[in-house]
Amino acid sequence: MSSQTVGLPLAWRRIPERYGLIGSECQNCKTKYFPVRKICPNCRRKGRMREVRFSGRGKIYSYTVVHAPPTGFELDAPYIIAIVELEEGPKLTTQIVDCDAEDVRIGAPVRMIFRRIQEDGKEGLLHYGFKFTVVK
Amino acid sequence: MRRVAIVGAAMTKFGEEWERGFREMIAEAGVKAIEDANMSGKEIDAIYGGTMAAGRLIGQEHITALIADYMGLNPIPATRVEAACASGGVALRTGYLAVASGLHDVVVVGGVEKMTDVPVGDATVALGGAGDQEWELFMGATFPALYALMARRHMHEFGTTEEQMAMVAVKNHYNASKNPYAHFQKRITVRDVMKSRKVASPLKLFDCSPITDGAAAVILAPLEKAGKYTDTPVEIIASAQASDTLALHHRKSLTTLNATVEAARKAYGMAKMKPNDIDVCEVHDCFTIAEIIAYEDLGFFKKGKGGKAIEDGETALDGRIPVNTSGGLKGCGHPVGATGVKQAVEITWQLRGEAKDRQVKGAEVGMTHNVGGSGATCVIHIMRRAD
Amino acid sequence: MVGIVGYGVHIPRYRIKVEEISRVWGGDGGEVKDGLGIMEKSVPGMDEDAATMAVEASRNAVGYAGINPRLIDAVFVGSESHPYAVKPTATIVAEAIGATPDLTAADLQFACKAGTTAIQCCMGMCGSGMIRYGLGVGTDVSQGRPGDDLEYSAGAGAAAFIIGKEGVIAEIEGTCSYTTDTPDFWRRPGMDFPSHGGRFTGAPAYFKHTVNASKCLMEKLGLKASDFDYAVFHQPNGKFPVQVAKMLGIDTEKIKQGLLTPLIGNTYSAASLIGLASVLDVAKPGKRILLTSFGSGAGSDSFSIVVTDRILEKRGRGRTVVQYVGDKEYVDYGVYVKQKRKLKTL
Repeated sequence: MSSQTVGLPLAWRRIPERYGLIGSECQNCKTKYFPVRKICPNCRRKGRMREVRFSGRGKIYSYTVVHAPPTGFELDAPYIIAIVELEEGPKLTTQIVDCDAEDVRIGAPVRMIFRRIQEDGKEGLLHYGFKFTVVK
Repeated sequence: MRRVAIVGAAMTKFGEEWERGFREMIAEAGVKAIEDANMSGKEIDAIYGGTMAAGRLIGQEHITALIADYMGLNPIPATRVEAACASGGVALRTGYLAVASGLHDVVVVGGVEKMTDVPVGDATVALGGAGDQEWELFMGATFPALYALMARRHMHEFGTTEEQMAMVAVKNHYNASKNPYAHFQKRITVRDVMKSRKVASPLKLFDCSPITDGAAAVILAPLEKAGKYTDTPVEIIASAQASDTLALHHRKSLTTLNATVEAARKAYGMAKMKPNDIDVCEVHDCFTIAEIIAYEDLGFFKKGKGGKAIEDGETALDGRIPVNTSGGLKGCGHPVGATGVKQAVEITWQLRGEAKDRQVKGAEVGMTHNVGGSGATCVIHIMRRAD
Repeated sequence: MVGIVGYGVHIPRYRIKVEEISRVWGGDGGEVKDGLGIMEKSVPGMDEDAATMAVEASRNAVGYAGINPRLIDAVFVGSESHPYAVKPTATIVAEAIGATPDLTAADLQFACKAGTTAIQCCMGMCGSGMIRYGLGVGTDVSQGRPGDDLEYSAGAGAAAFIIGKEGVIAEIEGTCSYTTDTPDFWRRPGMDFPSHGGRFTGAPAYFKHTVNASKCLMEKLGLKASDFDYAVFHQPNGKFPVQVAKMLGIDTEKIKQGLLTPLIGNTYSAASLIGLASVLDVAKPGKRILLTSFGSGAGSDSFSIVVTDRILEKRGRGRTVVQYVGDKEYVDYGVYVKQKRKLKTL
């Protein structure tokens, strides 16, 4: 596998979010966001953002089976991409793995797991982070 | 603000144009548009160029300097506009603003994309940059995957079917078969679509607009001076644009593009018109589901009824509101930066009565709808015959 | 007393049957099953490796232990299939469980016993008061040369143990090791697959070290074979543990709970630890467990572990070994080769 144009410092900055599902909560309007945001879209300068860690539990909001992968994902294809709605509110885009195709439906409960997402070829960095699986 | 008209319009043949590169295509479109406007290149005051991914696709930035150079138009100012797949439409809006403000008199607006100089996998990665690089593409979500996620929700919320989506592709191929500039010239059937290779379920190959090379250009001038260049000026009576979250997963809904709804509201307001007043429309059918959602978001049909509309033939060439007479992105092809300008070219031809086999009879008011990414940008123009 | 505060495992979902491997290599599945005592083995997913499995097992362990991961002051990850040759797996695990930055960490390698040695490191640091909690992990996506005997047994899995003095569910009464320089199994850098000494891996390697480490432990603690209710040994196949139990005078019934290789293959650095986890999933308070690992090269670490009452509070937190073993999907040899990245171009 090879990666798209993801740089090293960029990948490193994303580790807390990709490993730990760290996001933000605006203490003014109580809206939660993933990934981290510096500015609350609702409150803008009135907003006060603090870090929160999401539980990793959620449900499938929509999904698709990707048959035509981009460069770097050829070995994974076909794979399932879903938008997951976390139980705390925010949504994210992720792969669904390690379950039967029939279990993947809108509304199915899912939990976060830790997997290798990409690698920068044979010599480069390995990129780890969240994927999700259906809770049985 | 001055009133602005389109006085010249042209495009290259869209397709896999192995023999022609980026420079050749935009020069061809630009020169043909200038000829169409019966003007001399010396009269042009500025260039606005839309292209999405020249950096990744041909390794070239500073695109509009290239365009000015190859069209022989130095030393006029040349400005690049980028908004993913809405680059062309936003370039048109930028040119419109330049003329409307009085800063420039005559401007050429061009859109161009050369997509076949790289392998398909790399083009897919480049297109993925229209979405959220770090949180969508990084996870493996290709551009078709994002629209597939929308399609599945639309099916879930409104019962839209894969067959209805296929009908959009069938209609657009039919229209394209009447368009000598279109990428595809062959008609297809619903069965052809349903059997085509899976891309990202439920979308199949024929639900997706192709990777295409092409360029298009229009010449804008103040309406009061348009008569100098053409007997059939087409006035831009509304220009509106709106934005939404970059990532699809941050939207309030997957079945409505709020940027389209907002831009449409502003455009109808500016033109003092309603959806019923539009005689012909070019919408952004990057995927078949996108056209169905556009029917609803532009107010032609109620939310959730887009599938039925295509099924009932309401948007066919002879339908109540013909959509994508050019063949759309699906049939005519989608050279990303060129599409928004091509839409304006098609509407111009329709309103002038020059659309030949695909002419909508008596078309007086037309609309173009151009979307960037999975809906983060939408730009809409409404045009009307000015004579 | 220092002991186990929490533990967790991870076993990938995919399995390949021994008959499916022998179908390709012209062997007799039935013979292999009988000879090795293995029926099927675990296969890692395309996106799994020693690091991802270590994280899953460690997250399970933290959940079981019920402690704030910031209190973990040391992380040691033992494997012979670390994803990087240089750059520790331990820091990936430490970051992913939320233990960073106030801790020490390192990777270990000692063939199949790197996990138990990681636990010994934690025991020493906790016992001396240097750290409050330590995490020791054994994890491997073991490789066997296609067509070789090892291909039938090389599985994938991880087990993680949190060591400390508070909230202990099983006390570690003591540990003893037996180590020599013995060339029974090795891999040179850059080579895809390990080499081994065939029958040499038996008596001079596995049996000599396992027996001697176990005897040393029993002598040191004044224990006899009959003092143990369970025995868990390193399990390169389904047969060796049975033989070594007999050699030590341990009733072979006692090794059943901790013998997983017939169902998931030999998970190398995780093997004896997954066996221990399986015992801890069911053992009643007061029961004594003998754990003796073996790593080629060669050495064995032996432990005596006594279950406490505390285990009743924590039992049921997180997935058990039985649940992991039972959650499975079979793949054929082609998919197996792709997922284990044996194709040259992958």
